[in-house]
Amino acid sequence: MNKPNGMPRRFKLFLDRHSVSVLQAPFIMLFAAFIIIPILMAIGLSFTDFNTIQMPNFVGLNHYVSILTDDQVFMEYALPNTIQFAIIVGIGGYILSFFMAWSLAQITKIPRTILAIILYSPSMTGGVMLSAVWRVIFDGDKVGLLNAFLLRLDAIQKPIVWLQDPTYLLPIMILVSLWSSMGIGFLAMLAGVLNVNRELYEAAYIDGVHNRFQEIRYVTIPAARPQMLFGAVMAIVGTFQNGSIGVMLTGANPTPGYAGQLLVTHAEEHAFVRYEMGYGAAVSVLLLILVWGVSQLAKKLFAEKA
Amino acid sequence: MRRKNRMKAFGLDPRRFDRTQIKFYSYLLPIAALMALPILFIVFNAFKPLDELLVYPPRFVTTRPTLDNFRALTSTSAEKAIPMSRYLFNSILSTAIVMAATLLITVAAAYCLSKKRYKLKNTFFAINEAALMFVPVAVSIPRYMVVFGLGLIDSFLAHIVPLLAIPVGLFLVKQFIDQLPDSMIDAAQIDGASDYRVLWKIVVPNIIPALSTVAILAFQASWNSLEASNLYINNEAIRSFSFYMTTLAAAGNQSVMSGQLHGNAIAGLGVQAAATLIMFLPNLCLFVLLQARVMNTMSHSGMK
Repeated sequence: MNKPNGMPRRFKLFLDRHSVSVLQAPFIMLFAAFIIIPILMAIGLSFTDFNTIQMPNFVGLNHYVSILTDDQVFMEYALPNTIQFAIIVGIGGYILSFFMAWSLAQITKIPRTILAIILYSPSMTGGVMLSAVWRVIFDGDKVGLLNAFLLRLDAIQKPIVWLQDPTYLLPIMILVSLWSSMGIGFLAMLAGVLNVNRELYEAAYIDGVHNRFQEIRYVTIPAARPQMLFGAVMAIVGTFQNGSIGVMLTGANPTPGYAGQLLVTHAEEHAFVRYEMGYGAAVSVLLLILVWGVSQLAKKLFAEKA
Repeated sequence: MRRKNRMKAFGLDPRRFDRTQIKFYSYLLPIAALMALPILFIVFNAFKPLDELLVYPPRFVTTRPTLDNFRALTSTSAEKAIPMSRYLFNSILSTAIVMAATLLITVAAAYCLSKKRYKLKNTFFAINEAALMFVPVAVSIPRYMVVFGLGLIDSFLAHIVPLLAIPVGLFLVKQFIDQLPDSMIDAAQIDGASDYRVLWKIVVPNIIPALSTVAILAFQASWNSLEASNLYINNEAIRSFSFYMTTLAAAGNQSVMSGQLHGNAIAGLGVQAAATLIMFLPNLCLFVLLQARVMNTMSHSGMK
């Protein structure tokens, strides 16, 4: 036995007897403080008219009712934009990640590693770096990279102010998010595809699988299913986490003409620009419900074959 | 016919290059090039001298690389009250602490979740799995209130404490510890080793890949974070480098919006690119260094 160096014997006994609680306590406390409690508080706040100055009053479901019935920005911009953004970035990015992971598994190790690092690296740029990189490209002046390129091709007559133009903002946000969508879920799927037992493929070919598509459908996806589910959850979270991309690119909340408004930025606009904390919290709660619902759907899709 | 099919099946993770792989390269290479382009552009911009930044039409590659932008980055900030090095120091210090503390609390909790038997264990794991779907930006208001309630406003700890519990990290480490045979741990405990000793001497040395992955996650969470500097801290002297970058970007943005893109703003682009590079390189280096271990961890990332 170790000598309890300097520690009172009683204390050491206590630590040993309650080791499970002691070991878990720090994580659980921080987890509760910064994840669970904020979620509960958001739910609580959403039923009040808290505005950071006066004592909050209970307003029941009023905020939810007005979000769903007379919040024009929510119905015309934030919600449809979020749905469009989530479908293209979430589902599109996910399929792209899987396809790239599968393709990378078909080549030799060294080029695979290099290409995987290149595909993964945009996802590390998140936030600040992401907007710094893309602002240069979409700069509204003629020195902007894209403008200069299009002007030279004579495709446009005068420079387009890409990021301030409501027509282009959402497509640009989608493009940029797709660019940075191959994160940890992509790596998980790559590992999943690489770990599929080769004998499964052989068996499948004997059983009559005869092309790549069937191979993916009947062997790769079922065998790599757990990693694919993890990848799906990461894709969903990444998509919604990226919700303030429009504000970061344009430098303004609300985004020009509300064109780049998503649920995250809609909540932030109410909370931090208008100080309608209760209303903002209600939008956040709807967002959390949406993320959770979509994740449950993904779980159903990937559930072990019944 | 069957022989040919078998060859196909062996295409997975091939040992050496053959012609059948050309078709994969034919799209992998262009896509990778396209994805690398924006980052390469920033790299070139960071090393462009002023006259090359000003040239029209803009050029992609720099012909005369210089360190002017990096010098400008340090010297313009020297005129302000807070030098750039201070922001950088804040970021490095807080990121180092976040990485160390996250590893400690994550591995301790993951060990219990994986190998110990107690009440509420499955509940906790289920809650954590649900929290994988947690989107911190959605609850920035109440998170602010918690930080306020804990008295962390304007404290250096505001950079650190809110970032420590990472559900994905706990999930990955727990899955990884599941692979370790129980017999290994039982044997040590029969010899009288406490849980702390088992954790430190047996579990930790065997889960280095998972720990590397959590180290990367914690690094990214902290190094790239703006939450604390934007919302919790008003004292310029303890704000982070990523925040300093946003002020550079905002300065550039204003001149763009007012439509006067003259020399200064363009020189700003070079400085911004230099700052972006300083942000980006540690991310990249850490990942390149640890990527083999990350891939090893990821093969245990499956969800049921």
